[in-house]
Amino acid sequence: MIALLVRDMKLAMRAGGGFGLGLAFFLIVTVLVPFGVGPESGLLSKIAPGILWLGALLACLLSLDRIFALDWEDGSLDLLATSPLPMEGVVTIKALAHWLTTGLPLCLAAPLFGLLLSLPDTGYVWLVLSLVIGTPALSVVGTFGAALTVGLKRGGLLLSLLVLPLYVPTLIFGAEVARRGALGMDAMTPLLMLGGITAGTIALLPFASALVLRVNLR
Amino acid sequence: MGSIWEYANPVKFVRTSEIVLPWVSVIAMVTLVVGLVWGFFFTPDDYRQGSTVKIIYLHVPAALMAINVWFMMLVTSLIWLIRRHHVSALAAKAAAPVGIIMTVIALVTGAIWGQPMWGTWWAWDPRLTSFLILFLFYLGYIALWEAIDNPDTAADLTAVLCIVGSVFAVLSRYAVNFWNQGLHQGASLSLDKEENVADVFSTPLYICMVGFGFLFIALVFLRTRTEIHKRRTKALLARERLG
Amino acid sequence: MTLTVSDLTISRGGIPVLEGLNFSLEPGGALVLRGPNGVGKTTLLRTVAGLQPAVAGTVECDPESIAYAAHSDGLKGMLTVSENLHFWADIFGTKGIDAALKGFDLEGLVDRPASALSAGQKRRLGLARLLVTGRPIWILDEPTVSLDVASVEMFADAVRAHLAAGGSALIATHIDLGLEAEVFDVGPYRAKPENSTDAFSGSFDEGFL
Repeated sequence: MIALLVRDMKLAMRAGGGFGLGLAFFLIVTVLVPFGVGPESGLLSKIAPGILWLGALLACLLSLDRIFALDWEDGSLDLLATSPLPMEGVVTIKALAHWLTTGLPLCLAAPLFGLLLSLPDTGYVWLVLSLVIGTPALSVVGTFGAALTVGLKRGGLLLSLLVLPLYVPTLIFGAEVARRGALGMDAMTPLLMLGGITAGTIALLPFASALVLRVNLR
Repeated sequence: MGSIWEYANPVKFVRTSEIVLPWVSVIAMVTLVVGLVWGFFFTPDDYRQGSTVKIIYLHVPAALMAINVWFMMLVTSLIWLIRRHHVSALAAKAAAPVGIIMTVIALVTGAIWGQPMWGTWWAWDPRLTSFLILFLFYLGYIALWEAIDNPDTAADLTAVLCIVGSVFAVLSRYAVNFWNQGLHQGASLSLDKEENVADVFSTPLYICMVGFGFLFIALVFLRTRTEIHKRRTKALLARERLG
Repeated sequence: MTLTVSDLTISRGGIPVLEGLNFSLEPGGALVLRGPNGVGKTTLLRTVAGLQPAVAGTVECDPESIAYAAHSDGLKGMLTVSENLHFWADIFGTKGIDAALKGFDLEGLVDRPASALSAGQKRRLGLARLLVTGRPIWILDEPTVSLDVASVEMFADAVRAHLAAGGSALIATHIDLGLEAEVFDVGPYRAKPENSTDAFSGSFDEGFL
């Protein structure tokens, strides 16, 4: 399983792997927001937590269809399915690789982008904390969506349609943590909820993802 | 009378539904006409809400069905995954468009009711928001059915989506509640007497709910039959090509 | 490790294509599948490999003993030849890719990215993957596509060595590999429409027809 993780990371890092695309997208969203709502820093600092969470979520979404599409096209997925790795393990590793290449950089870059949106000082810790705890759920849920749509020719749009409603709880609690943190309020309750959702999805969703992936392969 | 699973046989289902369907349709029609006419014309205006309250006879049953249809899809999806009865999967497929229409009716009537009451067509109230999210779930479910050619694959994938979606729908409901305590009134019909609507309003409301229920059953029977016939046509064509 | 297929019916896209298949593959034996295009050879191989369920009948064999090679080789263009092979060796928990490189004459190409290989070289790399799986039953779908004469001979040698070591191979191919192999023509087992009422697994759904 580690071999698969190493390979996926290598593929992501090398030319054409698309590493950093999500980050660039995140940056562009952050830059565009003030153009849309005006440069007033009071307003920006108020909406910053939500915008940052939304930007991270969309950046995550952008790269989901790559999770299985390439392995599907070149036949690796068939070969992995007949390999000793359990399918549940394959999808978990795929989700982990996706998080390492997309979610983690987003978490690390978020404070910088918070600066652009004049996020209040108290907000940074909570923002990063909420992203670190929340984005793994985005990757795992996204992997499920990618597994559902892997064989479809125009799966990209459908993938967004299927995954976005599933992102609602994570987005609500994640953005709530960041918002409360920015306002200097107690953010422990939504943080625990967020952690619960992430833990639950990581524990259970790979089984569903593996099931639909097997269905899609036959 | 054998096991209930006999009705999962397409032929048996088509035959049985042929007998049952007219009756269910008639019951649905009668209860709906009685309930709606009674509700619209023979109940007094509410002392606060005036005659706008009468939209309740569409709004509440539709909202109730919107949720119950999803629940029925969840049950039929589970039956499909566990027992592999095609009729079950097709019934889930047949129910989804009915469910999404019910959701839209609930949202639209809610907006029409909300405008005079709250002074706004839309508010990000937890109930409204939850229904909007439910609408998105229906949309995704139907889109997935439409996107896949192989009927068995489509049935499997949509069934898993339905189950996973149900869990996330419940999660969303709690998340949304946490996010915003809203202005929607509590459940109109609950055991808690305090917030119950008055009895004059409730009897026709119950009748309407029964009517919507039967309407749903009739529509699902009809649509499942259509799906079975479609599937059969497809199988016959495939056989023709083979031979 | 014997592979036994009994009374197998397989379907493609919900429509049965082959039925009543019976054969078995002993260690050291090879079986060559023949049949016109579209008859369902690939579907049969996928079913035997456990990638899709059979409509009826059974495939008896430990799925952990099968190495499957499809039309596409599952190569990553961005990785080098040795990285590609090392990856599969790690996945299958075997050590060393030297024998595989040697068997398919890839030693000179070790550090070449797979995207820079010719079609035939890619195919050789895809087949070399079989050697690193260490699994006894090879299931091969048109393995000789885009191979030149010398490479086909190389492949035949690899299969012979595999058989000699107690392995077995189920191969769908149209060319003569010069192997001591039984030939199994699937043409006569084409599913007959009149029997195929149960296109949807089992008699329960015969009602659809």
